[in-house]
Amino acid sequence: MSILINRNTKVLVQGITGKQGQFHTGQMLEYGTDIVAGVTPGKGGQEIFGLPVFNTVREAKEKTGADASVIYVPPAYAADSILEAADAGIRIIVCITEGIPVKDMCRVKQYLRGKETVLIGPNCPGIITPGECKIGIMPGYIHKPGHVGIVSRSGTLTYEAVKQLSDRGIGQSTVVGIGGDPVKCTGFLEILKAFEEDPDTYAVVMNGEIGGSGEEEAAEYIRNHMTKPVAAFIGGRTAPEGKRMGHAGAIISAGKGTAAGKIEALRNAGAEIADTPDEIGEALVRALIRKGIYEHCKSS
Amino acid sequence: MKIHEYQAVNLFKEYGLPVPEGKLAESEEEAVKLSEGFTPCVLKAQVHSGGRGKAGGVKAARNTEEVRDAAEKLFGMRLVTRQTGPEGKIVRKVLLSETVDVVREFYVSITTDNESGNPVLMMSSDGGTEIEETAKLHPEKILRIPVSVTEGYKNYQGILAADFLGLEGENRKELQSVLKGLVRLYGEKDCSLAEINPLVIDGNGKLMCLDAKINFDDNALFRHPEIAELRDPQEEDPREYEASQTGLNYIHLNGNIGCLVNGAGLAMATMDEIHAYGGEPANFLDVGGSATSEKVKAAFRLLLSDKNVRAIFVNIFGGIMHCDTIAEGIIRAVSETKLELPLIVRLEGTNSEEGRKMLRESGLAIIPAEDMKDGAIKAVKAAGGRV
Repeated sequence: MSILINRNTKVLVQGITGKQGQFHTGQMLEYGTDIVAGVTPGKGGQEIFGLPVFNTVREAKEKTGADASVIYVPPAYAADSILEAADAGIRIIVCITEGIPVKDMCRVKQYLRGKETVLIGPNCPGIITPGECKIGIMPGYIHKPGHVGIVSRSGTLTYEAVKQLSDRGIGQSTVVGIGGDPVKCTGFLEILKAFEEDPDTYAVVMNGEIGGSGEEEAAEYIRNHMTKPVAAFIGGRTAPEGKRMGHAGAIISAGKGTAAGKIEALRNAGAEIADTPDEIGEALVRALIRKGIYEHCKSS
Repeated sequence: MKIHEYQAVNLFKEYGLPVPEGKLAESEEEAVKLSEGFTPCVLKAQVHSGGRGKAGGVKAARNTEEVRDAAEKLFGMRLVTRQTGPEGKIVRKVLLSETVDVVREFYVSITTDNESGNPVLMMSSDGGTEIEETAKLHPEKILRIPVSVTEGYKNYQGILAADFLGLEGENRKELQSVLKGLVRLYGEKDCSLAEINPLVIDGNGKLMCLDAKINFDDNALFRHPEIAELRDPQEEDPREYEASQTGLNYIHLNGNIGCLVNGAGLAMATMDEIHAYGGEPANFLDVGGSATSEKVKAAFRLLLSDKNVRAIFVNIFGGIMHCDTIAEGIIRAVSETKLELPLIVRLEGTNSEEGRKMLRESGLAIIPAEDMKDGAIKAVKAAGGRV
């Protein structure tokens, strides 16, 4: 079991004929992801990696029964691609694209409100259920199937957390990179809920960072509803105020969204805090031992 | 992206917002010349910062003589405000603005509420002061009106606003027009902030925007070439500007350990890690997910241009990026820049074995690190700090 995706997930690649799209399609196929088709307007009828390319998501879905889509489309057209996938009834949309205008994402957010579509990203590494399905750009081989869910705002810091777990023999149920943009549709809260409901996830690692209030909301949920142990790291303790640290979402203004505030909220909610990024794995181990489930989470 | 007040005033004008007459001077002589027949007026230093008035960057002049005096003081002045940091900003342009009598002052702005994904208008009858202060001390004095990103401005929102600000008669209609124009400008030009502080009732009983501040969404500049043109590189940290031109994401900090990392989250975490072991990072630097060896070289040049740097810590977790590509870039950069500073490299992820081997066999004095912690500790030691 896992959240969002598994071995039965049928995946479309939007922007499959682009350089990024092609490269990562190859990587995903190699990992074993069931990619069923690609979409690039104007290139319908072609084949790539032996997969059919369609002009529209609608057609691709009708012909292949795809239920997930991953977007490698340049920023100027990415919001359009998200709407197209949602409109065609795709259940899970993963948008990798970095640099989408905020206004475009605001519009997407209004459009998706109340719909069942789940949008992960944009500006994210994607989702992986180790050993079953990889949708995104993460290096597959660092992952290990298991029972700890990971949710993170950053790409490479997610890999760091995954490696620290895998090195300790702790596998992952599903790893979700929710992305570094300020306006998104799926945040920590939604993913924590999904992990809480997933019988095969025993514990969760959460990597947050400065800016926004997603971590504070997550803390509220952990405190009131979460039965599974959570380990958390918050990046950006040393970041100066008012500066944008790469991720557009990572900006602290007027004392809001600080690392200290987020850490305090999570600690009070009972999460085990990693004080440094090299301690993420250790913090999780502490949380597992405290709950008495360390042995259950260690893969043989 | 930020722009100057005079540029924001022009945009306000384009969208029908009432602004005082203004003239831009780029030298003392020009200021004096432009002031003929234009006094009394106010001289306002044009730098990308708020709090200019408090810092002495705004001066009133009754006649040409006083304009000369004020201009002499302003041009070339290093304006230090709460926002500029201690190094301040050099004044190179001065806006001569028509003197306006102020009867009442208000604060009006619009920004995006990330949680709802809609713009939100904010206003207060405490104008002229810093809104952050008002928000902290008297949150009840601020009215927030969400505006739908798809529907745009609606007149009832202006009625709510006018009631809250206590406006009467013609001023209520004028406020409608100000808010409508502001919302339209915000949306059409992909702003991230548009602020009127203060919006005033002037001596003639009319609403007038006495200051204009606009920030833009960098991601949307590709569809607004006319806005992108307004960028003033002189207002930016030269290294940050150079970095942005080469597709690197760099922010200068005050420590002595130069950092080169792939990915914004890991870059921030690396700063935290260095700090945790007693060091101070000299910068935030994200080389991005698809760095070429050219980009790595450009990154090294940037790090080395900071004379405070005593050691360099490269922390790479290769996903899309292959560690052997990074290793190749490092080897070239070290040879070409004749690097003498201690260099600590941690390579993990895709092709990390190959990358490490290349570094070992290069014959260069590169200190390998086992993991992020090991690297941070070695960097702090190399920079002369205690761990």
